[in-house]
Amino acid sequence: MDSIKLLHLLADDPRATITDLADILGETEENVKKEKDELEKNKIICGYHTVVNWDKANIEHVDAYIGVSAKPERDAGYDKIAERIARFPEVSGLYLMSGTSEFLVSLNARTMREVADFVGSKLAPIEGVTSTVTMFVLKKYKVNGVTMDMKEEIHDDRMIISA
Amino acid sequence: MDYNKLLSESAVKMRPSGIRKFFDLAAEMPECISLGVGEPDFQTPWDIRDAAIHSLEIGRTKYTANSGLKELREAICEYMKRKFDLSYELNETLVTVGGSEAIDLAIRALVEPGDEVIIPEPCYVSYEPITTLTHGVPVHVACLEENDFRITAEQIKAVLTPKTKILVLGFPNNPTGAALRHEDLEAIAEVLRDTNVTILSDEIYAELVYGMKHESIAAFEGMKERTIVVGGFSKTFSMTGWRLGFACGPKELIAAMTKIHQSCIMCAPTTSQFAAITALRDCDDDVDEMRKQYDLRRQYCVRKLNEMGLKTFEPRGAFYVFPNITSSGMSSEEFCQKLLQEKHVAIVPGTAFGDAGEGFARISYAYSIDHLREAFKRIAEFLEEHKGEN
Repeated sequence: MDSIKLLHLLADDPRATITDLADILGETEENVKKEKDELEKNKIICGYHTVVNWDKANIEHVDAYIGVSAKPERDAGYDKIAERIARFPEVSGLYLMSGTSEFLVSLNARTMREVADFVGSKLAPIEGVTSTVTMFVLKKYKVNGVTMDMKEEIHDDRMIISA
Repeated sequence: MDYNKLLSESAVKMRPSGIRKFFDLAAEMPECISLGVGEPDFQTPWDIRDAAIHSLEIGRTKYTANSGLKELREAICEYMKRKFDLSYELNETLVTVGGSEAIDLAIRALVEPGDEVIIPEPCYVSYEPITTLTHGVPVHVACLEENDFRITAEQIKAVLTPKTKILVLGFPNNPTGAALRHEDLEAIAEVLRDTNVTILSDEIYAELVYGMKHESIAAFEGMKERTIVVGGFSKTFSMTGWRLGFACGPKELIAAMTKIHQSCIMCAPTTSQFAAITALRDCDDDVDEMRKQYDLRRQYCVRKLNEMGLKTFEPRGAFYVFPNITSSGMSSEEFCQKLLQEKHVAIVPGTAFGDAGEGFARISYAYSIDHLREAFKRIAEFLEEHKGEN
């Protein structure tokens, strides 16, 4: 079975059921389930996420991006520091970057105080971390390919029948 | 004023399009699920829209040269070379208002009263009316299901006369999805090589082919001098509303077409022309992505229709499938009308594309897979409910 097609279908619509997928791909449900389980097991599919506009839900929250400068360790490079940062559950993303800072950390918290505490008492003290630059998100326009609160594009205004 | 007496005979004689008739029926049913359109469901890629907006911001709001912006014609020449290995000069290129204007211009520039125009059917709906308006004589040739709706060189040879002026080749084809293979084109080229027939090659769907590469007949030996290639932006770049197409061909023919074009159109819309430069130069990835999506739907449609018992050949191009509906015992019109009335699914009877379409219906897959699944569920129910009636 064509696992690339399956991946594309799931990337477009993670809610597609096994029955839907089998119908679209012309495969048995059993085969699709097996393939999907395999992709999940091998961490090719790493998760299924819901994009929530928390602002609209009136739930207090703060997102921040933190540039983290760090010194590499002998033998381990940046990987050990990265592991230490990644283990904090409030860290939603972590990337090794080119540019002025070594890491970019994205953080989901409830208040600015929480972000400050995280940086001051958890992130900065990690051995090898030399400095941090914290940037707070003021407004979100697009998240994971989904636009937020922008004027919707017209979905389909085609005529019913045309040549 | 009695317009029954005033209107020109040729305008009065024009047959109302079969599509129009069906459109009126479907329009009364706004909640119906349509598989009836001949245009892509994708939005025009943002880069193209952005280029258009930028052109407006800096004030490019005037007429262009009659034949189109030089930069766009250069981009068309580069594109034809890059995609289809066809070399054209600027004076062999004309920018038109959609591919349909290019078809109109080519026929008007060539046809004298009484000249014959060979039109393989089923086909796009404009070739015949333009031919008759020009007092040409349409000569229909039926593309057959057993040939996967490809026209053959023998069929063309059989209808060639000293009066034949144009052979229309509309492949990849609307409504069947058929595409011509290398050997088909070679054989057709052989038949035409020593004649004075011009080929009107409508290649508007050239970029939407699956599992094969599109070849233009103009690329075959001796054919470029006798072929006018019609291309466009509507289908490839999802730009139907921008109304932009082009023609490439022998400079004498392009010059004659440009004369007609400047009298009736002046020039194609300027904003669309600026957008089109970006489309041709920067949007291969967008086209690849759309093609991938169409291909998934194409395979889905062919499989589902065959499973339901409607024999459907695997189309190689465009975004249509053309199932054989004769097993239902109904005519094309009857089938589509009942399907619309009973299940609120709009598809187009094959006969809207010529008599050769009897026994078939055109289903467009320019729709999301979810939309297709719901429509096909209803078509399956419809077939089940009418089982054994024939």
